[in-house]
Amino acid sequence: MTTDKKEREGEMRVKKIENGVVIDHVNAGKAPAILKLLGIDSTFPGTVSIIMNIPSAKFGLKDIIKIEGKVMAEAEINKIALVSPHATVNIVKDYHVVKKHAVKLPEKLEGIIRCPNAICISNREGTPRLRVEQQSPLKVRCEYCERVFTEEQLA
Amino acid sequence: MWKGRDVITMREFTRKDMEEVLALSEKMEKISRGRGYDPILKGKILATLFFEPSTRTMFSFQTAMLRLGGTVIGTAEPKSTSAAKGETLWDMIKLVHECSDAIVMRHPNEGSARRAAESSDVPFINAGDGSNQHPTQALLDLYTIKQQKKKIDGLNVLLLGDLKYGRTVHSLAYALSQFEDVTITLHSPAQLRFPAWMYAELKESVKIREIPSMDLSQADVVYATRIQKERFADPTEYAQSAYVLDAEKIGTMKEDAIIMHPLPRVDEIATEVDADKRAKYFRQEANGIAVRMALLSLVMTGR
Ligand SMILES: Nc1ncnc2c1ncn2[C@@H]1O[C@H](COP(=O)(O)OP(=O)(O)O)[C@@H](O)[C@H]1O
Ligand SMILES: [Mg+2]
Ligand SMILES: [Zn+2]
Repeated sequence: MTTDKKEREGEMRVKKIENGVVIDHVNAGKAPAILKLLGIDSTFPGTVSIIMNIPSAKFGLKDIIKIEGKVMAEAEINKIALVSPHATVNIVKDYHVVKKHAVKLPEKLEGIIRCPNAICISNREGTPRLRVEQQSPLKVRCEYCERVFTEEQLA
Repeated sequence: MWKGRDVITMREFTRKDMEEVLALSEKMEKISRGRGYDPILKGKILATLFFEPSTRTMFSFQTAMLRLGGTVIGTAEPKSTSAAKGETLWDMIKLVHECSDAIVMRHPNEGSARRAAESSDVPFINAGDGSNQHPTQALLDLYTIKQQKKKIDGLNVLLLGDLKYGRTVHSLAYALSQFEDVTITLHSPAQLRFPAWMYAELKESVKIREIPSMDLSQADVVYATRIQKERFADPTEYAQSAYVLDAEKIGTMKEDAIIMHPLPRVDEIATEVDADKRAKYFRQEANGIAVRMALLSLVMTGR
């Protein structure tokens, strides 16, 4: 089998979704971190499918996440770039992909993620504001408590 | 440039900024000791908000303001009034800046200084935000080093004690990193090591290294800090981590080295050391008034 065929087979291991999102080209192993970043857990009303370690033509191995009933605003889409800078978010309507977004990490993360420092003032009041100082390996600084966080500390 | 400036973190201080503060502090020294009077802050009001108990830093700021002819307002326990009612720091500062020309605050949350400064229209000075920064302490530390060693460039500064939660050592390390050929040497109990992210950031601009045993022999400045019992879940671990600089230990130090401490000390420095000519911690503390006079003058009048 060609990698292309393996990839398509891998991608369709779960039932098609009617409306929602398919997050494709997720770095292998990062699907759980993305669900955590998006705050998706057992309280989420829709069905969530994760396929991990699919052979990919472009990336060797990749993960895919399919979330039924999920609507995503741009800020939320770009948050994914923290752990998977090459991910694509496909918007599915009536079983078809109607729009594709390449995720893009903004320099300033205002109100997008919380500061992992529990005693940071931004966890008490106001809007958290962090700045991406380096893309790879990821280095993000909280503009309040000044601490620098790595990818592992953020997701 | 200085007028209206917030003093939040040493990460934002250039060498030139520090040298300007030190130069003006020197001019303030005489008045800081009650000799002479120069009411350059007459008619100005400083608000002091200490959400954590502090005697020395608060007194030092109050005296600095009064020596320059200014007035101080403040509540000993802001926690018991406003914050207890659930008011945000943001809203509280909106009131305080209407009542003052500058604000000094100590607060347990890291980043509280930035938050308060963003809310304030008057210059804001951080007197300690959690374990993050304590910039005015770093400036008085630098002043003392310069005063005693006649220079800062080229020195080896040994930081001892709680390097994890100790905001004074964090601020001092960033301040020293702006000088030439300085070596920052770190020694602490394993649970209280210097934060990894700060270490990584500082090593881009300064020689910084950790040593496994408390070797005082290479240091030009031995900077001791307190290890708090509360940092240890297990009291036996605290007992193993505690250290004491006594006459015997300081016997291994260079003849012309100095011993500093941000005070209060508990057991880290034996009282017998006080009589040693290298002990400079009381002088260091006294220097705080002149340095804070300089800073208050700079942020409120620009000179
Ligand atoms: N209705 C759907 N339900 C679940 N997955 C879908 C659906 N439509 C497309 N996908 C998946 O979304 C991703 C993007 O689809 P598509 O745009 O067709 O392919 P590609 O991006 O590879 O050109 C693929 O992994 C595909 O399997
Ligand atoms: Mg594809
Ligand atoms: Zn923070």
